Amino acid sequence: MKSKFISSFIVNGSLALICLLWTIPTIGLLISSFRDRLDINVSGWWTVFPHKDWVSVQQITPDASIDRDVAMTLGGVTATFEQFAQGIDKNGQRFIWVGNRRVGYLDIERYQWTANTTFTLENYKQVLATGDYTAKLKDGTTVTQIGDNMYRAFLNSIAVTVPSTVIPIALAAFAAYGFAWMKFPGRKMLFALVVGLLVIPLQIALIPILQDYVRIHVNGTFLAVWLAHTGFGLPLATYLLFNYISELPREILEAAFADGASHFTIFTQLIIPLSVPALASFAIFQFLWVWNDYLIALIFIGASPTNQLVTQRLAEIVGSRGEDWHLLTAGAFITMVLPLVVFFALQRYFVRGLMAGSVKG
Amino acid sequence: MSISKPQNTTNPTTGFSPIRIIVSLLPLMVSMAILAWGFFFIRDLQLNKSTLPQLIIVILAIIWGVGGVILLFTTANFFVEQLPLVWTTRLQPFIFIGPALLMLTWALVIPTIRTIFASFFDEATVKFVGFKNFTFVFTDPAMLTVFRNNLLWVVVGTTFTVSAGLLIAVLADRSNFESAAKTFIFMPMAISFVGAGVIWNFVYAAKPVTEPQIGLLNSIVVSFGGQPQAWTAFFQPWNNFFLIVIVIWLQTGYAMVLLSAAVKGIPSEMLEAARVDGATEIQLFFKIMIPQILGSIIAVSTTIVIFSLKIFDVVWVMTGGQYGTSVIATEFYRQYFTYNNNGYGSAIAVVLFIAVIPVMIYNLRQFAQREAFK
Repeated sequence: MKSKFISSFIVNGSLALICLLWTIPTIGLLISSFRDRLDINVSGWWTVFPHKDWVSVQQITPDASIDRDVAMTLGGVTATFEQFAQGIDKNGQRFIWVGNRRVGYLDIERYQWTANTTFTLENYKQVLATGDYTAKLKDGTTVTQIGDNMYRAFLNSIAVTVPSTVIPIALAAFAAYGFAWMKFPGRKMLFALVVGLLVIPLQIALIPILQDYVRIHVNGTFLAVWLAHTGFGLPLATYLLFNYISELPREILEAAFADGASHFTIFTQLIIPLSVPALASFAIFQFLWVWNDYLIALIFIGASPTNQLVTQRLAEIVGSRGEDWHLLTAGAFITMVLPLVVFFALQRYFVRGLMAGSVKG
Repeated sequence: MSISKPQNTTNPTTGFSPIRIIVSLLPLMVSMAILAWGFFFIRDLQLNKSTLPQLIIVILAIIWGVGGVILLFTTANFFVEQLPLVWTTRLQPFIFIGPALLMLTWALVIPTIRTIFASFFDEATVKFVGFKNFTFVFTDPAMLTVFRNNLLWVVVGTTFTVSAGLLIAVLADRSNFESAAKTFIFMPMAISFVGAGVIWNFVYAAKPVTEPQIGLLNSIVVSFGGQPQAWTAFFQPWNNFFLIVIVIWLQTGYAMVLLSAAVKGIPSEMLEAARVDGATEIQLFFKIMIPQILGSIIAVSTTIVIFSLKIFDVVWVMTGGQYGTSVIATEFYRQYFTYNNNGYGSAIAVVLFIAVIPVMIYNLRQFAQREAFK
């Protein structure tokens, strides 16, 4: 019994450790996105948790008349400027000079429990803002910078994602029904085409499609991205929905035919309601895929500033202001929030979609 | 004769009337016209940077995109159902599968042929150059680094993703908090590669030695007395591994979910019998579990191999392919968009395509054996 307890402890303990390891990077990002930009750059995000550190308890600004080139007596400690600048530990306190020799001050610190708990929404306001935004910092100063227009990008991402999810599902559902329940010449050959296209790398299709788009002047618009995602998502959508729809019981359809229903009626009135689980699975799959896509947006929307999506905006901040962690962390969280909500709300369907066997192109 | 009233199409006595066909074609024509108008309207709205608020454009675009598809199917089907029965039966399947096939042909089949074609031509697709582009792809020193990196991605990325996924699946199966644990591991799958890039850039962030480290990894290294490193830049060639870690982090959830289902499918009597015979848990794992779920392991590995072959976003966002981290997909992008060389770009894409052909053939073989199509 004792060994069973130990092995259960090892299993649960190591799993908990792995989970922690998996989650820490995201937690660090989330916490940092709410920290003041002055704090983010000088202390790790983990300092928001209680920890022991040197905390300032008193500041002594020496009188201007004191000669800083010889030993000074401040706060009961006598030392030269150089010694103070190094920091002097005495009676559990640290005496350290902050700033330069002429205008600096002496900071008296004590090693004690502390936590950096200044939180702010300024980072989010800044990345969402269109045009200039004046951010208030922790020390009372303000900084005016151009906003990163994430609000607009968020709307654009919705405009791209909704049709890019619904259109392929609609086309695929019709096609899946056609393949499963209708007779026509070439049925097997055409479905083999769908299967063959399941794993095709989309890189091979990008340039010719781009050339078509340039010809009809849709490059840089939502239309371009919808059509591309529809085309690239269709093989998997058709395949998954076919697997589901072809397994529906034959008797239901035969009864409906006997009642004189047409294929279209059966499809819209019977098959669609019955296929909701499969449709939902693929919808979540495609939604996450499109929302998180970067390559297709990069190529077909490109630099068009008004139509850019959240992933593009974020990648641009990485490229141009890779050290502005207050913007990067808040921006990254804005790109993540909607997929995370969808994921947590509909995880069950998502898992089912994955299980249905998926090799995505 | 009432031509405006839709007739019951399943009635075989319904006669053939040209006028009726033309009239029943009207809704389809009208909806096509509306769609075409909407197409140009939305295109021009976006190209001319209109003064309409973005929210309005977004709503209009969604209505057009989603509504258009439904309208088109309904009216096309209406038209076909007005035809004589024999024609309805003959044409209706193509109303159902036609749009999907058209899209597939336009978006995948024809472009593949065009890209293969372009891979035998010069940078502007004007002059035939034979295999010159492929010679470049397979002999250029920079391209060889690219292939080495992609091999790293495929081998290291897949091995670690599948092993971690399997380990977590087995641990979770025996733990007291299975579903919570799975959610934690699975969660990164909802995050974009760009977002994951930022998350890990922050973990890898490096500050000068004199300043406090704000990146978790360097902070740990410094607290053990080490020197802070720019993990993804000057730490060659190990920087590739620090990029691969990001994708392992993202994909392990996928492997875990599929392998977990496989592990649960192993008959428990089989495991019990082995335990009674005195097998240790380690033996159980390697001698019984792994052989039992080998099929799933291969399927998951294949998916991740294909995925790793095409890896782009992470590398592009983290390093832009610099510091010796370039992979096939980033090189493809650079050749076409930076150097305007369609020949090289296409040849690289064709190499990717050739790499997945074995999987494609395997899928088709599996398909050929399916009941539904016999």
